Amino acid sequence: MKSYFGRRYTLSASHRLHVDALTVEENRAAYGKCNNPHGHGHNYVIEVVVTGEVDQDTGMVINLADLDEIVEERVLERFDHKNLNLDTAFTNRVPTTENFSRVVFGLLKDMLPKGELEHVRVEETENNFFECYGD
Amino acid sequence: MIFLTRRATFSASHYYWNEAWSAAQNEQVFGKCANRNGHGHNYTLEVTVAGEPDPVTGFVVDLKWLKDVMEREVLAAYDHRHLNLEVEEFKAGKLVPTSENIAIAAWKRLEPKVNAAGGAQLNRIRVYETPEIFAEYRGEA
Repeated sequence: MKSYFGRRYTLSASHRLHVDALTVEENRAAYGKCNNPHGHGHNYVIEVVVTGEVDQDTGMVINLADLDEIVEERVLERFDHKNLNLDTAFTNRVPTTENFSRVVFGLLKDMLPKGELEHVRVEETENNFFECYGD
Repeated sequence: MIFLTRRATFSASHYYWNEAWSAAQNEQVFGKCANRNGHGHNYTLEVTVAGEPDPVTGFVVDLKWLKDVMEREVLAAYDHRHLNLEVEEFKAGKLVPTSENIAIAAWKRLEPKVNAAGGAQLNRIRVYETPEIFAEYRGEA
């Protein structure tokens, strides 16, 4: 039977919302305090949801330990306690959490040993979150 | 269509073990969850029903009714129980009590009751094993 398995991870990172193609005023207007030249940080929550058949032998969609290892290696090691703007994923892309959720989806999509990545949800604060279903 | 969700919590113990496998294989696949002395969780059961609000009451379903159904059909069987030893779906090695299988088992318990009531249809079951881990079943084959 098709089921969904979700796991939440946390990472802390800094970012600054700024686009070189826009003027100082335009950046300020678009991003407000998120445009502060020195950046700021968040404790991000990364929720990863994997879908697939529940394996008859294990009762699992995916082994949690396998998922942890991949997320640790592909996402947490890369972004935790880092400045998102300096990562190559954001060389030509502003590190909004919309874009961050897309980047994380892309990093995990083809890496799972079982099941399929259904969506990635990134919570920037307790009050806002962004989801990418790979569309 | 409105989706209404009700949460409830239950506490239970379990371990992961496939009787068809050797001890070494169980330990390799299930890690610390294979400890035969078991361990426990505070589970959160999230039940989502879907339907149109009743024109008179404004309810998709009566929440008190839904609470009673969840308590009678699921919590009475799972709360403060050892899933592997005491709960019908899992005992005697029938099924490994992972959160995936608990979500499917809770669906099977609730679907006939919820859908027979005539108002809303069961839409989704989500089982949180910890605040960081959940499994979800939407009734898909």
